[in-house]
Amino acid sequence: MAENILELQNLKKHFPTTSGGLFNRQKGVVKAVDGVSLSIGVGETVGLVGESGCGKTTAGRTVMKLYEPTEGKILFQGEDITNYSRHQMMPFRSQMQMIFQDPFASLNPRHTVGTIVGASYDIHGIKPAGGVENAVRDLLERVGLNPEHINRFPHEFSGGQRQRIGIARAIALKPKLIVADEPVSALDVSIQAQVVNLLDDLQQEFGLSYLFVAHDLSVVQHISDRVVVMYLGKVMESAPTQSLFSSPRHPYTKALLSAVPIPDPKIERARERILLQGDLPSPVNPPAGCVFNTRCWKAQDTCRTVVPEPVQIAPNHILACHYPEPAK
Amino acid sequence: MSTFLEVKNLHVSFPTEDGAVLASNDVSYSVALGETLAIVGESGSGKSVANLAVMGLHNPQRTKISGSAILHLPEGPIDVLSAPNETVRRLRGKAMSMIFQDPMSALHPFYTIGDQIAEAWALYNEGSKADGIKRAVEMLDLVGIPDASKRVHEYPHQFSGGMRQRVMIAMALVNNPSLLIADEPTTALDVTVQSQILRLLADLQKEFNMAVILITHDLGVVAEVADRVSVMYSGRVVESAPIDEIFYNTTHPYTRGLLNSIPRVDNNGIGTRLKAIPGQPPSLISVPKGCAFEARCEFASHVSGGLCHAVNPDLVEKAPSHFGRCHLTGQQVIEIANQNNGVK
Repeated sequence: MAENILELQNLKKHFPTTSGGLFNRQKGVVKAVDGVSLSIGVGETVGLVGESGCGKTTAGRTVMKLYEPTEGKILFQGEDITNYSRHQMMPFRSQMQMIFQDPFASLNPRHTVGTIVGASYDIHGIKPAGGVENAVRDLLERVGLNPEHINRFPHEFSGGQRQRIGIARAIALKPKLIVADEPVSALDVSIQAQVVNLLDDLQQEFGLSYLFVAHDLSVVQHISDRVVVMYLGKVMESAPTQSLFSSPRHPYTKALLSAVPIPDPKIERARERILLQGDLPSPVNPPAGCVFNTRCWKAQDTCRTVVPEPVQIAPNHILACHYPEPAK
Repeated sequence: MSTFLEVKNLHVSFPTEDGAVLASNDVSYSVALGETLAIVGESGSGKSVANLAVMGLHNPQRTKISGSAILHLPEGPIDVLSAPNETVRRLRGKAMSMIFQDPMSALHPFYTIGDQIAEAWALYNEGSKADGIKRAVEMLDLVGIPDASKRVHEYPHQFSGGMRQRVMIAMALVNNPSLLIADEPTTALDVTVQSQILRLLADLQKEFNMAVILITHDLGVVAEVADRVSVMYSGRVVESAPIDEIFYNTTHPYTRGLLNSIPRVDNNGIGTRLKAIPGQPPSLISVPKGCAFEARCEFASHVSGGLCHAVNPDLVEKAPSHFGRCHLTGQQVIEIANQNNGVK
C-alpha cells in the first residue's frame, strides 16, 4: 500500500462512570477502547471484529471523532486530527463518512430521501454540476434505487432499501474513507448479499477505503483485506484475512472462528468446537494481565499478571499473546 | 420415533385496514419426540406466526386461524387449534413450551428469577414456595448457571444475555415439556455464547427426549443442530426434507438461492462475489396468484407457458420424504443450476 488513509496509534477512549449521587463523583472508568493501533491503506478494507462490548463500535466512532479520544493519535492521510475542533474537522468530514447499523433509526423519518441524501451538499456548500437534485438522482440510481422515489419518505422503503439510502448519503461527497458500523447485520441474508456486493462495487468504482465494523465473521472474511480482532478494548490479533482465517494464532481468534456455525451439516458433524466458558468480563473491572485469561484454556500464571505486548510475528501480522497457537 | 406435533393446512391471517395479511398460508409440518425440526425463513416468512398459533398465543379477536395442530399426548390426541382456551392453557408450559429471541423482554424485571421459575413450576405442582425455589435451583444448575443457590435470588438485569437465555430455558423446561419451540433463541447472542446455548439445548433434548422446533434464519445454526428442515417463504412451506437432503440435494430455487447468498468462514471467498437473490419478498397482503418466488427466481424462465406466474405449485414429494413446492422437478433444478455454473 502506497500511503495510509488512516492510522490509529495507541488510541484510547475511556468513559467515566459516576456515582450518580449528590456530587456525582467519578467512580471508575470503562476502558471501552484501550490502546488500539491500526492502519488502513488506500482502497483497502479493514474488518474490525469482536463480541458485543469489545469496543469495536466505540473505536469506529472515535475514528470519526464522534467521541473525543482520551489518548493516542488519529492520523488521516498523515495529518494528525486527534485534537481538531469541530470547526477544524469540517473539511475532513466530507472525506470520511459513516454507515450505521440500524436503517430504521439512522434516517430522519420526516425528511424525504432527496433531503436526506442531498443534505451533505448544503452542509459543505458544494454545488454539484447539474444541481443537487440531479446529483441525488444519480446517487440513488448508483445504489440500486429508483431515482423516481426521490420524494418518498424512509418508511416507504424496506430495510435493505433504507440501508441503500444510508449508503447513497455516505458516498455523496466522494469520501476517501467510510466507517461502516454493522452495515448488514440488521438485514435478511438474501438482502445482506445484495448490500455487501454494492459495497464491493462502490469500492472498485471510487477507490474507497472501508473500516468495516462487524460481529459476523463470515461477512468480514468475505469483504476484508485485513482483519483486526478486538477483545475488551484491546487488539488481540490483526492479520491479512487469509492468514487470520486459515491459521489463527491467538487462542481467542481460534475460539471465535470455531464458534461460527458453517452451513454444511457434514462439516458441522465432523468439526471440533472450542467451547469458551462464561461471558465477556465487565470492562469496568477488566482482568489483570491478559484480558482474555479468564476464558482462555491455555492461560498460565504469566497470563494472569503480565499484559502481553503486541508483537509483529509476520508482515502485517500482529499478535498479543504469551502462548500463541502454532502456525499452520 | 413417534410423531408428537402434527400441523396441517394452517392458515393464519390478520385483518387490517388495507386487507388481510396472510402470514401463514397452508402450512403443514410435524415433529417427533427426540427430533429437531428447523423452520427457516426470512423476516415475514411466517415462521414465528405459525408456531405462535400452535402455542395459542395469538389474540383471537384480531387473528383468523384455520387448520389443525394435533398434539399426540399419552392420554390421546388433541387439536390445540379447536380445543377450548382453558384446555390449551393447561398444555402450555407442561406439554409444550416456548423460548423467545429476546431474553430481556421475556423475563419480568421486577421479580427474581427464582420467583419466576417457581411460578411456572407451581402451576402444575403441589408444594410450598420453598419447594418451588428448590426446584428453580435444580433447574439453574441443569442449565449451567454457576452458584445457582445464590443467583436464584437475583433479578434479570443482574444476568448477562447468555445467562438470561439459560434462565429462559430453565423456566421453559421446569415442567418437563414434550415439545419445546425455540424462536430464534441465539440470534441476540454472540457467537461464542451461541455455541454454548445450542450445545445446552441439544444435551437437554437428549436427556428429556423432547421434540424441538427451532425457528431461525441462520443456516449455519440449522446445519449444526437440525434433523429435518422446513424452509418457508412468503407464508408457505416451499421445501421440507431431512437435513442432508436440504443441503446436498436442494430442489427448490429459493433454498438454493439462500445457500448461495451466504458467505462462509471455511471457504476462501475473498475477492469473489456473493450470489445475491435479486429483489425482495412480495407483500403478504396481495399474495401473487402464482408462485410467490417467481419474480426473484432465476429458474422461472425454464418453465414454459408462464406457469410459474399463473399457478402456485403444490407441495409434492420430489424424492423420498423430500417435499418441494416448484413446477420443476428436483433433477431439473439441479441440471439447470449446473448448466448456469458451467456457462459462467
